[in-house]
Amino acid sequence: MSAMFELDFMRNALLAALFVGLAAPMVGIFLVQRRLSLIGDGLGHVALAGVAIGIATDRAPVLTALVTAALGAVVIELLRARGRTSGDLALAMLFYGGIAAGVVIINRSEGAQTGNLTSFLFGSIATTTRGELVTFAVLSAVIVGVTLVLRPRLFAVAGDEEYARASGLPVLALNILLAVLTAVTVVVAMRVIGLLLISALMIVPNAAAQQLSGSFRAANLWAVVLGVLSSVGGVVVSYQLDTASGGTIVLIAIALFVVAMVVGHVVRLVARRRHLRAERHAHEHGPGCGHEAVPHGDHVDYLHDGHRHAAHEGHYDEHSDHPPPAEGPDQDARHEQEVTR
Amino acid sequence: MSAPAPPVVELRGAAFGYRGRPVVSDVDLTVRRGEVVAVLGPNGSGKTTLVKGLLGLSEHLSGQVEVLGTPLARLPDRTRIGYVPQRHTLVGGVRATVAEVVATGLLARRPWYRPATRADREAVLAAVEAAGLADRARFDVETLSGGQQRRVLIARALVARPDVLLMDEPTAGVDRASQDVLTSVLRRLADAGTTMAIVTHELSALRGVVDRIVEVDTGHVTFDGTPEGYAVHQGALARSSGRTAAR
Repeated sequence: MSAMFELDFMRNALLAALFVGLAAPMVGIFLVQRRLSLIGDGLGHVALAGVAIGIATDRAPVLTALVTAALGAVVIELLRARGRTSGDLALAMLFYGGIAAGVVIINRSEGAQTGNLTSFLFGSIATTTRGELVTFAVLSAVIVGVTLVLRPRLFAVAGDEEYARASGLPVLALNILLAVLTAVTVVVAMRVIGLLLISALMIVPNAAAQQLSGSFRAANLWAVVLGVLSSVGGVVVSYQLDTASGGTIVLIAIALFVVAMVVGHVVRLVARRRHLRAERHAHEHGPGCGHEAVPHGDHVDYLHDGHRHAAHEGHYDEHSDHPPPAEGPDQDARHEQEVTR
Repeated sequence: MSAPAPPVVELRGAAFGYRGRPVVSDVDLTVRRGEVVAVLGPNGSGKTTLVKGLLGLSEHLSGQVEVLGTPLARLPDRTRIGYVPQRHTLVGGVRATVAEVVATGLLARRPWYRPATRADREAVLAAVEAAGLADRARFDVETLSGGQQRRVLIARALVARPDVLLMDEPTAGVDRASQDVLTSVLRRLADAGTTMAIVTHELSALRGVVDRIVEVDTGHVTFDGTPEGYAVHQGALARSSGRTAAR
């Protein structure tokens, strides 16, 4: 294990994985929220054309990929904002055009050799240079900083675009910003994961986080934890087992998703079985409902016939330590306390 | 004596529509502070387009539109108009709590770089309480009933303390029991002097809350008056159509 850290290229690889694992889920959560999970794939295709241009013109492929993907992102958002049905077709043209142009340009400059192409499609972490690593570090810091500061606004626009517009938020600008952040993430991740698998690290940790959390804040944290775990873990495992890093990272992310799904399910099941349930009733407690409100920790209980009712999903939980005993058989049926502890 | 405050909403010969084509036109309408106006009309009559026009969501094509004495296009703070849309999902494909959704109602009030203050968080809790959801502030919105979700949207509109609330079908698709709670929330707001314009199909759910009715049909205002006057108007309409049919 320690031998791994003595290798220069492995240190670079682990750092690059850390950057990607942090940044990708932070952008990805808004794509999941907007149900645009596949847009990262599309921008990966566009970035390939940029890589090809870089190789053909002897410029840094990271830089040309960044410019091309960002331009593609702006075009996509402008097409979407126009809201015509042809927007969907225009997206397809852009995505297929990107990958086709990439292949043609690279073949023109390198003949039948497509080794270079494969390294971008599937990632080739070992070839990451020191200079590229610095670029990735700066870009990741920008992504993390921008998403942290603008998180409430990005959340509002992705959740309800119409309301955001009515309340005066700059919806188009925020949408373009998110698309450009996605493009930058694609470029940061292309060396580590590869352009074909890039979207996975933006989407899968978020899908897993949704299983484990009940708030946007918690989901954000979980996604970053799972993202870093997948990307860094994937690089370590791929070194030990001598497997492709990109594919390994994505398989680990999916394995974590399955674990999260099972854990989330079990937790919900246990929670449902062990809580004390008060009666289901048509009445909904609220201010001025006639029942006394009692502050209880972070919420409010309502006193109802000696029971302390706390809202939980479609019913009320019993929150008093010693609920009054049911009096008669019909009372019993009415209160139907499920005390299964 | 000071000059009377300008009406909350004032339309004169206004037309709204989409892509340059009017859906409602020649609308004259004045909503004064504290009034609760129901906007009625069949599907496709233009009532939603009218309300969206006041929010800048449909195009303002002609006539005058003033909100709080300022022409709509020059209104600097849009959160002075609270909007409660008709929605089936509240946050898209992710989980979020009631408080997180309601807090988005305050964003347009502060610059992009400034995080939420303590006063902001207190305003969120106050709005959640006004919508009767105080005991559910930290719930995942997906676990709420349709009626409770509608009240989350009302809280989001209330949190910025708007001068007027515009609601699109707040009672549609909500079961009876939640409708009663919803109506009592609206009544509480009305009693507190909140100015509201409510687009609706179901006048019966808003009985006792509404003090004025505006009917829109085929792109024009066809009635504007009290609920009592509206009953007379409908009776007259029924009689005249009955006579036409009999002929």
